[in-house]
Amino acid sequence: MDDTNPSPVTRRYLLIATSAVTTVGAAGAAVPFARSWSPSEKAKALGAPIEVDITKLKPGEILKPAPEWRGRGIVVIYRTSEAIERLEAENRRLADPTSKRSVQPNYAKNSTRSRRPEIGVYLSQCTHLGCVPKYYGEAKPEPFDARWKGGFFCPCHGSKFDLAGRVEKNLPAPTNLEVPVHQFENDAILHVGIDTEEFDE
Amino acid sequence: MSESLENRGFIARSMTWINARFPWTPTMEKHATKYYAPKNFNVWYVFGVLAFVVLIIQLVTGLFLTMNYVPTAEGAFGSIEYAMHEVDLGWLIRYAHSTGASAFFVVIYLHMFRGFAYGSYRKPRELIWLIGMGIYLVLMAEGFFGYLLPWGNMSYWGAQVIVSLVGAVPIVGADLAEWVRGDFVLSGITLNRFFALHVFALPGVLVVLVFVHMVALHHVGSNNPDGIEIKNKKDEKGVPLDGIPFHPYYTVHDFFAVMVFLILFCAVMFFAPEMFGYFIEKPNFEIANPIATPDHIAPVWYYTPFYAMLRAVTFPLFGLDAKFWGLVVMAGAILIPIALPWLDKSPVKSIRYKGRISKFMLGMLVISFIVLGYLGTIPPSGFGTATAQIATLVYFSYFLLMPWYTQREKTKPVPERVTGGH
Repeated sequence: MDDTNPSPVTRRYLLIATSAVTTVGAAGAAVPFARSWSPSEKAKALGAPIEVDITKLKPGEILKPAPEWRGRGIVVIYRTSEAIERLEAENRRLADPTSKRSVQPNYAKNSTRSRRPEIGVYLSQCTHLGCVPKYYGEAKPEPFDARWKGGFFCPCHGSKFDLAGRVEKNLPAPTNLEVPVHQFENDAILHVGIDTEEFDE
Repeated sequence: MSESLENRGFIARSMTWINARFPWTPTMEKHATKYYAPKNFNVWYVFGVLAFVVLIIQLVTGLFLTMNYVPTAEGAFGSIEYAMHEVDLGWLIRYAHSTGASAFFVVIYLHMFRGFAYGSYRKPRELIWLIGMGIYLVLMAEGFFGYLLPWGNMSYWGAQVIVSLVGAVPIVGADLAEWVRGDFVLSGITLNRFFALHVFALPGVLVVLVFVHMVALHHVGSNNPDGIEIKNKKDEKGVPLDGIPFHPYYTVHDFFAVMVFLILFCAVMFFAPEMFGYFIEKPNFEIANPIATPDHIAPVWYYTPFYAMLRAVTFPLFGLDAKFWGLVVMAGAILIPIALPWLDKSPVKSIRYKGRISKFMLGMLVISFIVLGYLGTIPPSGFGTATAQIATLVYFSYFLLMPWYTQREKTKPVPERVTGGH
């Protein structure tokens, strides 16, 4: 062996240094690929707020067809006064009755989870895996629940929500239906996805 | 040397020319004509070859499907309809591909069961097993990405449910799901990237893994129904006494199996390509609708056992919600066979010589898998959930109790030489 050759220790040191730099380089080169998977500008632009006409909404019903915001359906429900009373009285079967762990603007952190007691606005997306819960508005026995008091039932995994979108205990969905940011311009127009605070109630 | 070369025929001379430049003859000998496979293979040993046949079917039909397919939210559904109704024999290519997807899982599950029963994962075949599990995982991803491409309503909601599962990961889940979708909801953007993964990235990985799987197998040699190492008993030429050359003996065998398989395959493809909603689900003949979930969402049959386990977890634990634990249980159930080589402590490999508990547990595993598979296809109910919870426990106990029961039970003596065969 020639004396000018690096020692084994030096060789190992060089090898480790080269490997480390290569790893950092490879990680850096992966960034553009990973970043290209984030929502594009076009996808973000489609997230703009919407205006909903709620004049055709009747007590005990939900708005049909469901308005769409950010590609998801919005439930707009008009609750009867009996339903509102029931929502205040009954919360023993609920997983998060006071909406502590759920997602909603502060003005919807109440027993009806809404800005106006009679009109509720919810994302039509089960908090379990994102299916659309179906509306079963009447308090009558249903195949999935003999003591049904009205609300939403998710056909995918059986989660049940009451008329305020509050989830029942011991079912797959962990939290209540999400309440999107919204405001009422007047009795006829609802905005979803925006709260300018100019129409405060 | 040169004299003998001239006397030989054209083919022999060509082979000499090729072998000087590429190891053709040595490769054929290593992998076929001098690859000695145990002489006691039974019918369980055809599924590896059948999986290879299905892989070829999928690669060829997939290639031709891409020639008509449009990977956009606006065009996808229509382009499949177009391929089905207006392209000459397009329906045949499409149904061959969709039937092939299910056939792939049929033969892979049987192939894996063979490994479970005869201890094919045991030393020295641990790496073959791990590579095989890698193939299985890629195949599951391949099936998942592929099922979104027709952009039917079940495509959409099935993918929506599974991508949302990523959202169950604590803290980063929601951002991660958004990153995978590339949008706030599942959209054409997601479709486009799933298409790229399905037709380009994963098939490449799959082909490489299959190649490596076979290289490893031919290096250590095949296991057999007796779980005896045939390489331990060799004749004076070094040929295993219980071995026969793979070619022509097993190539002929396998050729027959391939024909039987293709008859069954064609029967499904021509007469029941939807398999009563199990291979292609009814809502998938409607275009994807992001605001209307089908009344009942079930994955394709090959995922339903794991889907039933996901749904079976209905209670929170340690401050983390049920959704997260459902994901953990489902991922655990899919991944746990990876640990088999180290869980099995039995002194024997094959179920033929294992004790009663092993036989009972293997039977229970199969039953629990089928029960879960069925439960995963039906809407959720109280009774179904309870049954799924019990079946999930049975499934996991096969693996987790294995170190205990394989050591404890009394095994039968293993013969010196393989039994049965030619």
